[in-house]
Amino acid sequence: MAILSPADQEYLRGVFAERLRDPVTIELYTQRVTAISIPGYECATCRETNQLLEEVAALSDKITLQMYDLLQDAERARAAGIEEIPAIVLKGHNKGTLRFIGVPAGYEFATLIEDIIDVSRGTTELSPLSRETLAKLAQPVHIKVFVTPT
Amino acid sequence: MMAIESEKVIADVVEVSEFPHIAQRYRVFAVPKVVINEALEFEGARPEAAFVAMVESVAGSPPTDNEKGDGTSSGG
Repeated sequence: MAILSPADQEYLRGVFAERLRDPVTIELYTQRVTAISIPGYECATCRETNQLLEEVAALSDKITLQMYDLLQDAERARAAGIEEIPAIVLKGHNKGTLRFIGVPAGYEFATLIEDIIDVSRGTTELSPLSRETLAKLAQPVHIKVFVTPT
Repeated sequence: MMAIESEKVIADVVEVSEFPHIAQRYRVFAVPKVVINEALEFEGARPEAAFVAMVESVAGSPPTDNEKGDGTSSGG
């Protein structure tokens, strides 16, 4: 059964058609659903996240979903700085790194959709002053935003 | 959005209810909680300008000699 209702899918398909400009790649570091389960390696929300992102990616040919298994693709995950799964890395016109750790449910789903659009367009709604300040940063910044699904 | 505008920025949105050990490590008692470079933290939403000003206060100037010597950051 689909996570996104037909109405939600239709709505998002329209939003993507109207607002996506260039291709976006969603890298999903996850636990692949396999017939064999490995004891001690259980990701409670990976299955749901895999399905949700598959549904999202199916709504626009500008969105490509690449799934990596945390264990099988361990080297790649390490290079991407992934320690927890599910983890989503958005790639498009973003200059920095944009990741979602954990299932993007509730309000975070809306944030994910907005970020996919921003990454596709390479633009944000930040003020010119904010953009100027950020462009001039002298040191790397790692911002962690902790949220819960609401 | 900040990570879209600057190559210096890594932005992680972390759903902490799935990762209690992260909530514990960062003492997340209320959400949203923001931690910048393990150095500055606040709870609750902030206006954009205030948030950007905090990022600038942490990373706006080149590292001092003191900070340069501390290549291995602690925390996580």
